[in-house]
Amino acid sequence: MGQPKGLVSENAYTILNEVEEKRVSLIAALQKIQARYRYLPETAMRQVAARLRVPVSQVYHVATFYSAFSLKPKGRHIVNVCLGTACHVKGAGLILDRFKRELKVDEGDTTEDGQFTLQAVRCIGCCSIAPAVMIDTETHGYVRQDKVADIIKRYRESKEK
Amino acid sequence: MSHVEWQGQAKFTIDGKEVVGYKGETILEVARREGINIPTLCYHEALEPYAVCRLCLVEVTVGKRTRLVTSCIYEVAPGIEVKTSTERVTRNRKAVLELLLARAPDAPVIRKLAAEYGIEKSRYPLIKNDNCILCGLCVRACREIVGADAIGFIDRGTERRVGPPIERQSERCIGCGTCVYICPTAAISLKDVSKSMPGVHKHPYDYEAPECSICGEMNLESESKAGER
Repeated sequence: MGQPKGLVSENAYTILNEVEEKRVSLIAALQKIQARYRYLPETAMRQVAARLRVPVSQVYHVATFYSAFSLKPKGRHIVNVCLGTACHVKGAGLILDRFKRELKVDEGDTTEDGQFTLQAVRCIGCCSIAPAVMIDTETHGYVRQDKVADIIKRYRESKEK
Repeated sequence: MSHVEWQGQAKFTIDGKEVVGYKGETILEVARREGINIPTLCYHEALEPYAVCRLCLVEVTVGKRTRLVTSCIYEVAPGIEVKTSTERVTRNRKAVLELLLARAPDAPVIRKLAAEYGIEKSRYPLIKNDNCILCGLCVRACREIVGADAIGFIDRGTERRVGPPIERQSERCIGCGTCVYICPTAAISLKDVSKSMPGVHKHPYDYEAPECSICGEMNLESESKAGER
């Protein structure tokens, strides 16, 4: 099967070499593209459709259904502030507000420099260390408002290395 | 459900009437053949059943256990007892209709069904007046009958809707109008379809636009005019 017209990046196509060319690989393929680009570019979705022989309408259906996929570029680091019951009681709302102020973004948005995406989530299963914040795969417990700036700084620096 | 292996015919009852169904048939199929009315919105005999409108709810007793099932996907089995209009069935159908009415209060088919069940007004607030009840008939017809797959579901939960991929006109739409025809609530119009089809309505010409003799609904428009929008 030849490459579909209007291809921009070769990369999405290379990523697709890693999955089996089957309908059932749809989510796996989208996950890989999401991980690589931090969002699902339109061309990539069309490439997936062509490669796996799935209609574009169905690719878009899946891409918009799962919150793990994003159609807008996400930040390098994903900040998940837990607003579950335990964290809420421990003042997670204030923590979220502090992140909003420090990062100068609203919930669900990405900083202008593309470094951070701020999200609120309901319970990440760490109630014993509430209020908890998960950044990428790391979990931070007992977060206090005055620690927020430090935490952000750590991730900013880690990227500069 | 206690499953007993069986082949061929299944004798069972619908509302006390003895009926015969065949392996793989659904309760709804047998009921319709027997002239027993079960209301549906998302069912079409030419399409795979989808069981989303929840109107075809019936009560099924298997052994000691009685429960509500969607008759459009429930396969018949020997000895089951089906009841299509018990108090429980009616109560649940009413609840479903009220929800549908809260979403599409202007759709004649919903109003008619609701009236049959004695509902004039939904007790739920009208959040968004949308004729589309997400029955998926258009999506399935486009896939299963036309083979175009030009439209699909987008998003999830209260944001769920039907549309072309990437929210732009689909290059796979052939403008056949099947989705318009099959929609029970007229949520898709020929205008919506002709927007995406590269057919007669976008044929370039310079003279005054006459009314389309097929759909009567819109004028043939020039490409320059179409471009202005």
